[in-house]
Amino acid sequence: MEQSDIRSAFFVECEDLMEALNEGLDRIEETLDEGHDDETVNAVFRAVHSIKGGAGAFKLDALVRFAHQFETTLDSLRAGRVSVDPPLLALLHKAADRLSDLLQAARTGSEAADIDPDDLAAQLAQAAGEEEVGEADAEDLGFVPMRLDLDLPVAAPDEVQSGRYSIDFSPTRALYACGNDTSILFRVLGDLGRMEVRLDRSRLPDFDSLDWQESWLDWHLTLETDEPEHQIDEVFEFVEDLCRLEIRPMPLEAPGPDPEPEPDPEPDPPASGPAAPRKAPVEDGRNASPRATVRVELDRVDRLINIVGELVINQAMLSQCVQDEGVPPRSPVRNRLDDFRNLAREIQESVMAIRAQAIKPLFQRMSRIAREASEIAQKQIRLVTEGESTEVDKTVIERLADPLTHMIRNAVDHGIEPADRRLHLGKPPVGLITLTAAHRSGRVLIEIKDDGGGINRPRVLEIARGKGLVAPEAQLTEEEIDGLLFMPGFSTASVVSDLSGRGVGMDVVKSAIESLGGRITIASDPGVGTTFTISLPLTLAVLDGMVVDVGGQTMVVPVSAIVETLRPRPTDIHVLGSGDQVVAIRGSLVPIVDCGSIFGFRAPVRSYGESVLLLVETARQKLCALVVDTIHDQRQVVIKGLENGYGRIPGVAAATILGDGRIALIIAPEEAVDIGTSGGTFSMEF
Amino acid sequence: MPLTVLAIDDSRTIRELLREALVQAGFEVHLAIDGLDGLEKLEAAKPHAVITDINMPRMDGFGFIRAVREQPQHSALPIIVLTTESAAELKARAREAGATAWIVKPFDEAKLVSALRRVAVA
Repeated sequence: MEQSDIRSAFFVECEDLMEALNEGLDRIEETLDEGHDDETVNAVFRAVHSIKGGAGAFKLDALVRFAHQFETTLDSLRAGRVSVDPPLLALLHKAADRLSDLLQAARTGSEAADIDPDDLAAQLAQAAGEEEVGEADAEDLGFVPMRLDLDLPVAAPDEVQSGRYSIDFSPTRALYACGNDTSILFRVLGDLGRMEVRLDRSRLPDFDSLDWQESWLDWHLTLETDEPEHQIDEVFEFVEDLCRLEIRPMPLEAPGPDPEPEPDPEPDPPASGPAAPRKAPVEDGRNASPRATVRVELDRVDRLINIVGELVINQAMLSQCVQDEGVPPRSPVRNRLDDFRNLAREIQESVMAIRAQAIKPLFQRMSRIAREASEIAQKQIRLVTEGESTEVDKTVIERLADPLTHMIRNAVDHGIEPADRRLHLGKPPVGLITLTAAHRSGRVLIEIKDDGGGINRPRVLEIARGKGLVAPEAQLTEEEIDGLLFMPGFSTASVVSDLSGRGVGMDVVKSAIESLGGRITIASDPGVGTTFTISLPLTLAVLDGMVVDVGGQTMVVPVSAIVETLRPRPTDIHVLGSGDQVVAIRGSLVPIVDCGSIFGFRAPVRSYGESVLLLVETARQKLCALVVDTIHDQRQVVIKGLENGYGRIPGVAAATILGDGRIALIIAPEEAVDIGTSGGTFSMEF
Repeated sequence: MPLTVLAIDDSRTIRELLREALVQAGFEVHLAIDGLDGLEKLEAAKPHAVITDINMPRMDGFGFIRAVREQPQHSALPIIVLTTESAAELKARAREAGATAWIVKPFDEAKLVSALRRVAVA
């Protein structure tokens, strides 16, 4: 593995470590009252420690310095010198966020890494029980990687001269017990120059009274070397506490103390390495990963998903052929084909599962967003996450980050009341935001719930009227008023705040969710809180589609977009002056958009009475009725992108291949409605 | 015969760096992810020396050293501890557990070779 590969592998590993770190901090927070267990603190410590270790190897000094201070604080915690309380926990969370920033900076090589705006390092030092340090001293206290270039003599010129040393060396039994070997030490020492070794066995007792584990032998060495004395010290570095050692310089030309011939080193305790044949090639560290995972490039997975999609389509075509050939239903061929279909489905599901990831990292990011937002808004917030292990398609997770961030900020900014107001209302001062993920009937449900004041419906209505989003005299239900939040250009905050007022409204959140084939709904209870529920498909590779015929063409409409299907009576259809038509549904007039005419398959029809209408809900128009000729059936279709081959086609989301091999376009309802109503200002009456 | 080294560290990055440096230096390298894994791999790897991290899940470096020293056939196996600091306390604990030597992180090939040649011979 190249150094650069290891470096990038390090950053990937750090993602896991940051996850473990945040998870550990959350756990400590959860168990704040009953007292955390040591293993949790240990795990947190280890994560920071490992990041520091790796960072040191790549000379990421800013990262090492901060990680070191962080680690010191955690060590104090581990050793029980300091105890956890909410302020310390907040500091640790902040430190984790900062560590994450530093990693990001190190990864991208950006320069901002060295700025520590909050002086977090000093805060950490203080929390660790260290004396507070002034700005000037801070650098000195910072961790400086210690370098011991043992093999490079850095001696000043006057030291480079021959020296003669007498070395008295008496090992203790611990020296041997710790795996040291005097013969190895002597060999290394002998490499420094010319050496004489004299064994002193005067302490050796009679064989009968010999304790074979005790150390009985002393050594007297004479070494003549050009190397500086510290090189000799270094040889004994690892044993100096395990022996009696005396190193004395001797006059250079003095005769050796004893010309006795050099004895063999003593017979040692058990040999250090059995000479067994060695096999086993160098082992791959990645295979030994405790989670037993492989990292695969996403491209490869997507290619696999694509091919499996083709397989499923191919199987459907084959079934169709067999049926068309008139093969009887219970024939062996049909039975085998059924097995094939089941297997193909199973493969497809398994392959899709590869793209699924636990939503945990996303939720952890939200914890951070909530912390930062609560600081800016100066509100006390607790974010509780549930169902973190819920698995969701990777792309869905990625594209959820922005909408969720926005909603969490909204909840902090607009949802939760200030602490004094909460106290006044008899609520706990700390606002609670609950983020939940769960699988429900083949979809993923994500809930963002706050215990704030709920939606101020009179205010919402007032603003909507003020902005001309609603007719002045219109009577709206509570649900409809809540739905106004999703209208483009709507923003309740009378003063644009630092937090959520960033030019992004809930309409953007809604369209982001819908582009993932999802839906978002609000439930709000005044004084009790607001709950946003997002329902998402498990995967972006297949879609539940309604197969329809329009002007002689077969098309697919995503089922997630369809509210209901209906066949109106001719009397329900009203033609407006512009020629546009509307349909009356339960007292509301809903604009009609003819899929056949907007895609150019046919001219607009005079009256859509007796046509099939698909009622779809969109952000801009609220409800809209799409006209189709017939509904065939509802089935899962494999999504095939069109954009690489054909570019963007307005009103068309993608394509799919039907069982008979024909290609069908998948309609993007939102866009289709936009085209059909020319983005016009259709005034709704309620 | 090359010197065979078993390197134990829970960090994938450090394992790769150890492997890289040790292979460069001409050693045969086996890797383990924590103390327990190291113990399990000891018999198959038959190393001349072990390099181990201290802070690891499941079984830390101290635990590993103690467990090794309890086995008569490994009582004299040279074990080098990887430490981030030169903290005397840490060294004392490692020593108490039966560590042979230590290497202060960040390490490089020269440091590894220097420590290994002072404790092990093929």
